[in-house]
Amino acid sequence: MFLQQIANALALSAVYSLFAIGFTLIFGVLEVITLAHGAVFMMGAFAGLIAVTKFNAGLASTLLVSMIVSGLAGYLIDLIAVGPLRKRKFHHLAPMIATIGCATIITSTYQGIFGAEAYRFPFDFVPSTSYDIVGIQLTLLQLIIIGISLFLMVVLIFFLNKTRWGKAVRAVAENPRTAALLGIPVEQVFRLTMSISSAFGGAAGVLTGLNFNTIHTFMGGPILHRGIAVIILGGMGDIRGAMAGGLILGFSEILSVAYISSDFRDAISFGLLFLILLVRPSGIFGKVIERKG
Amino acid sequence: MPELITSFWQTYNTLFYTVFVHGMLALSIYITLSCGQLSLGNAAFMGIGAYTAALLTMKAGAPFGISLIAGGFLPAVVALIIGIPTLRLSGVYLAMATLGFGEVVRVVILNMEITGGSLGLNGVPLKTELWHLILVMGILIYFFIKLRNSRFGRILEAINEDEVAASVMGIRATYYKVWAFAIGAFIAGVAGGLNAHFTFFISPREYGFEPAVDILTFAVLGGTRTLWGPLAGSTILTILPELFRFLGPYRLALNGIILVLVVLYLPNGIVNRDTFTNLKRFFKKEENA
Amino acid sequence: MLKGEHITKDFGGLRVLGDVSFEVKEGLIFGLIGPNGAGKTTVFNIISGLLKPTSGRVTFDGRDITNRPPYEITGYGISRTFQNIRVFREMTLLENVLVGMHRLFSYSAFSMFFDLPKKRSEEKDLREKAFEILSIVRLTEKADLKAESLSYGEQRKLELARALATEPKLLLIDEPAAGMNPAETEELMEEIVHINGKGYTICLIEHDMKVVMGICSHIAVLNFGELIAEGSPDDIKANPEVIEAYLGKEELSA
Ligand SMILES: Nc1ncnc2c1ncn2[C@@H]1O[C@H](COP(=O)(O)OP(=O)(O)OP(=O)(O)O)[C@@H](O)[C@H]1O
Ligand SMILES: [Mg+2]
Repeated sequence: MFLQQIANALALSAVYSLFAIGFTLIFGVLEVITLAHGAVFMMGAFAGLIAVTKFNAGLASTLLVSMIVSGLAGYLIDLIAVGPLRKRKFHHLAPMIATIGCATIITSTYQGIFGAEAYRFPFDFVPSTSYDIVGIQLTLLQLIIIGISLFLMVVLIFFLNKTRWGKAVRAVAENPRTAALLGIPVEQVFRLTMSISSAFGGAAGVLTGLNFNTIHTFMGGPILHRGIAVIILGGMGDIRGAMAGGLILGFSEILSVAYISSDFRDAISFGLLFLILLVRPSGIFGKVIERKG
Repeated sequence: MPELITSFWQTYNTLFYTVFVHGMLALSIYITLSCGQLSLGNAAFMGIGAYTAALLTMKAGAPFGISLIAGGFLPAVVALIIGIPTLRLSGVYLAMATLGFGEVVRVVILNMEITGGSLGLNGVPLKTELWHLILVMGILIYFFIKLRNSRFGRILEAINEDEVAASVMGIRATYYKVWAFAIGAFIAGVAGGLNAHFTFFISPREYGFEPAVDILTFAVLGGTRTLWGPLAGSTILTILPELFRFLGPYRLALNGIILVLVVLYLPNGIVNRDTFTNLKRFFKKEENA
Repeated sequence: MLKGEHITKDFGGLRVLGDVSFEVKEGLIFGLIGPNGAGKTTVFNIISGLLKPTSGRVTFDGRDITNRPPYEITGYGISRTFQNIRVFREMTLLENVLVGMHRLFSYSAFSMFFDLPKKRSEEKDLREKAFEILSIVRLTEKADLKAESLSYGEQRKLELARALATEPKLLLIDEPAAGMNPAETEELMEEIVHINGKGYTICLIEHDMKVVMGICSHIAVLNFGELIAEGSPDDIKANPEVIEAYLGKEELSA
């Protein structure tokens, strides 16, 4: 029983981490909390659903479609709402409010189209076999979710550390002004970051849809709360932190549902968030953000 | 003729009442925005206030006034608890913490017996009368006018403009931000109490993220530089949706579009301090012409 | 009155200040000079509590103020201006100064709400006082204008007035003449000397050598985060290391 919980927790954590990585990367590079990340996640799930049900897509192409649709959404959000705010000196809350606007537009449009009901993937989309790995029973679906998540994270880390554009992203995260002086096209890096991060959000969306086999237009809200808890837990802007934070939240939720009560599952992320704000507001890996004179 | 008025009133009095309640909610977020903090928990505070006040009148037979005040205090206390660890940190933390907070309130209300769980509370006595709303609104407007021209108002504005500069002026920003947040929660709670006592029925669904975005939209559209901005914003956005009913489920998207457009093209909202000077100038020109 | 002892500051591995010690004596104008990026503003940020030093300590009137929050440090009697002007742009000049004076106000929220005499008399008296402070920098006629409507130089003066309003013992002024023409600079320096004459101790960061040499009685020179010289203007002028590091080919005949 306990080992089974570990399998569930691993799959859940993987998706949380995947969602939070994009979220935290956007904060690290753009210094913006995009409250549209939940909506983008939901878009990814629906894109995957349509790819499967309407076009009989396989797993890989479903994932790809989700990531492209969500990545495009991220690109557009930056193009229309967030990007223009960078050019002028605005109130520091302005970008966040703009992303709330985007979230509302996306979510209510989807609600208009898809209504409030839950959608499912075809019954046999992923065969229900399971495997025994070091004593833990993992379903094929769980393996796929964990595998894809890990794969994407590794690709992202490789991208950031080894490629030219990745290094540019890191330089901008470090200091946009210095990066600009070094000849890095900062605007493009911002937009690229929004796109990649949103694509990751979309992947998390379709994997969540598979994991629980339900997709609905409200699914962006709860994941957004969790994403916020995860990135504060891990330290804002820190990728390792997002991964660790995802694990902590995933395990906390599964274990408390299993051994305490399922009623308060949705409140656990807030509990963790509040706790970390009390004891270590900079998060596990985070540095204290210093104010400038 | 009087018949016409009576029937008009019967159709639209709830809307009219709602304009007042939304105005109060807009002011409740205005006070936090006016010191540069974004609270997305005001719908939840409204919910706490609504349940507290409604339960006090229904189960304890408390006088309406007492219920309302209690419905303001409980959210204020909760706001202090959330605000103290959160508001010492940079501006985005309050928004993030209060976003998840609405969820917690929903879950707690759902799982309590006394609140009626997901069924909500039915049969809240109809106690709110128009003069209650006018009185409370009057007090709020008076308070905000007094605040504006006092040392407290200046401190909030200084924090809003430049927290670092304010801190080297000797201002303990966290302290004032926490109070502003708690006062906002108090106002939202009272508004919730008033609302519960004319809608007859309340349920946890009414106090989640979407109403929080509505409240934010009121203030952002109206403008947060003067107290008239949020009031104008809430009035417009309460009456306007009646005209946009035909949009059905897409109506909410309107809020989002407004938020994005206002932030981009009208960062001071539709009412700001220059509005008044511009108006004066406009009318002077008319006279001259 | 103000002492910095072995202050070191790192920004993510980059050492910006290394073992800097200095002392500002009561009643004088202390000059802090150095080339761009030497770490001067960082010294001010550490004194005023906006940054925490990596190591070392700051004492003021014998009290350890290292790692105290900025509002508390202001309360002890240290005030500052910013290199990159930070007036409250949307507020009037008078309101800017009143914000600086906020510790002198004591009326309660209750007095505010009911407009009690205590509030009214306090607001009236302190408004008058704010006018006096504005008159020190000759900005009284513009008292009711928004700060953003002022010229660059006037905004710097307003910041000075706002800093004075906190009733400091020590005033930290960061490049007040930046962006001003020579005539304006001269006038400003006279004002600073005038303020100093009223009993305020002053610590001044300034690029213009003439200015510093003219009004400071003690000067410290920072270069790449190291204190390379300290002494009277004449000592500094004669110091070869200073000439080498900071002045380069610039002429020294002040
Ligand atoms: N918050 C910060 N984070 C990272 N580096 C910083 C920060 N503040 C200052 N620095 C760096 O520290 C060094 C010293 O900066 P500082 O502003 O103290 O110099 P300064 O002597 O005041 O220069 P200037 O004459 O240009 O005002 C610079 O290299 C600057 O880039
Ligand atoms: Mg400097």
